[in-house]
Amino acid sequence: MAVGASLLVVLGRNPMHSVLLLIVSFAALAAIYIGLEAPFAAVVQIIIYAGAIMVLFLFVVMLLNAHREDDAAPPAGVTSGPLRAGGVLAVLLVAELVWALRRAARGGDALLSAGPGADPAALQSVRALGNRLFTEYSLAFEVTSILIIVAMVGAVVLARRES
Amino acid sequence: MIPVYVAQLGMVLAVFVMLLLSAAVMVYSERKVAAFIQQRYGPYLVGPRGLLQPIADVIKLMFKEPLRPVAADKAIFFLAPILSATAAFAAFAVVPFGAESTFFGLLDEPIKLQVADVNVAVLVVFAITSISVYGIVLAGWSSNSKYSLLGALRSASQMISYELSYGMALAGALVLAGSLSLTDIVNAQQGAWFGFIPRWFVFVQPLGFVIFMIAGVAETNRAPFDFPEAEQELVAGYHTEYSSTAFMMFFLAEYINMVTAAAVAANLFLGGWHGPFLPEYLGWIWFLVKVAAILFFYIWMRWTLPRLRYDQLMQFGWKVLLPLAALNLIVTAAGVIYFGN
Repeated sequence: MAVGASLLVVLGRNPMHSVLLLIVSFAALAAIYIGLEAPFAAVVQIIIYAGAIMVLFLFVVMLLNAHREDDAAPPAGVTSGPLRAGGVLAVLLVAELVWALRRAARGGDALLSAGPGADPAALQSVRALGNRLFTEYSLAFEVTSILIIVAMVGAVVLARRES
Repeated sequence: MIPVYVAQLGMVLAVFVMLLLSAAVMVYSERKVAAFIQQRYGPYLVGPRGLLQPIADVIKLMFKEPLRPVAADKAIFFLAPILSATAAFAAFAVVPFGAESTFFGLLDEPIKLQVADVNVAVLVVFAITSISVYGIVLAGWSSNSKYSLLGALRSASQMISYELSYGMALAGALVLAGSLSLTDIVNAQQGAWFGFIPRWFVFVQPLGFVIFMIAGVAETNRAPFDFPEAEQELVAGYHTEYSSTAFMMFFLAEYINMVTAAAVAANLFLGGWHGPFLPEYLGWIWFLVKVAAILFFYIWMRWTLPRLRYDQLMQFGWKVLLPLAALNLIVTAAGVIYFGN
C-alpha cells in the first residue's frame, strides 16, 4: 500500500490528490512501524509527518492553486532528462535495499540485537529511546534543534513585510 | 465461558453505539442547557420534555437533498466528512473508561473497558486529533467557495496552533504518571491524600488542567474559539456547502471530538474512573459523571462567553498559552525529578 500510494503520488494529475495520497503512504509507513514493534515511531510519524508537515504541504498546494497537470506535455520518451535521473536513482535505491536486506538476514546489526528490542512494553522502548537520544545521540539532537530554530527564524524573517 | 475476542468485539460495538448515543445526548443537552441559560424552554414538543428531539433532527437531516457544488472536487468533497467522523470515532478507541472487569464472571479473564490498550495511548489520541484537521481543510477546499475555504483555513491554523499547547499540557500529566498508557495514568491517580482529597492530577498541576481545557475547546472548534464556524461572518464556515447526511457527519464529528477531549481530560486530570463510595467495577459511573461535568462546562462556556476574534485567538494561542504550557511542563518535570515520585 505504501508503494502503491507513493506511485500514485507521482503519477497522479491532480496535485491535491497527490498530497492526500502522500498522507496515505505515510499512514502505511506508520502501519509498517507498528508491525516492526515500534508503536512510538508509528505514532510520532503520524503526529509529525502526516499531521503537521502534510498540513503545510496542503496549505501550499491549496493557496498556490496548483492546477491539474496537462496531458498535452508528455515526457519525450524514456530518454528525457528527469526520467533518466529518476530511473538511475530508483535503480540505486533498489540495489541499496537489496544489500541492506541481505546484510540483515546474514546476522543483523550489533545495534539491532543489543538494546531494548527484547522488551515488548512500549514505554520501556520509549524510555530507552529518550535515554539514548540524550546521551549517545545528544549532539544530533542539539544540532537538529538548532536547525529547527534557524528555519523558524528564517520563516519569520521572510514573512515579514517591509515596515 | 465466553471467549475474550467475542467480548472484545462486543466492546468495540458497545463503544461505537455509546459514542453515537452520546452525540445525540449532546445535541439535546446543548439545546436544553442553552435554553435554560437564555431563560427559555428549549425543545419540549417532541417526546416527553423534548427528549426525542435528536431523533427528529437526524430524520430531518437525512431527508434533506444532498447538494454538491458543480465545481467541487467530487472525490474530496465526498471524503472530507467521512474523514472527520472516522477520526473522531477512532480517537476514542484508546480511551479507557473503567477498570478491568469480568462482567460478573461471564468472561474467562478480565478485560479492560477500552477498545484497545495501546501502550502509547496518549500519543495516539494526539495523532488522531492531528488527522481531524484534514477533514476540515479538505471540506473547505473541495467546496470551491470563498466562505468555506476561509473558514477551513482559519480552522486549520487554529487547530494546529492549539495542538502544541494541548500536547504540552498532556505531557505534563504524562510526566507525573511516568507512562504513556492511559490506563496507567488513571491508575496512578487512585487513592487519596489525608483520606479525603483524591490524588487527581488536577490538584497537582491545576495550570496544566486549565491549559488542557482551553486547548481542547480550541481544538474542537467550540466557542469561544468557534470563529471558523462563525455564523455571523462566514455563513457557516467550512460546512457551508454541505447538506443532509454530510452535514450530520460534521456535527457528529464535532460532538464526538468534544466527548473524546472531555474523556481524555477526565482520564488525565480528574482520575478517570476512581471515586469514593463505589466499588471498583462500577467505576465507569464515576467516569460518566466526570465526563458529563466537563461537557456541561463546554456548553456553559459556549453560551456565556463572547467569541474571540481570529487574531486575538491566534495571539492568545501562541503568545500566552504556549509559553504557559511550556512553563508548566518544565516546572512539572523539575518537580518530579526533585521529589522523586
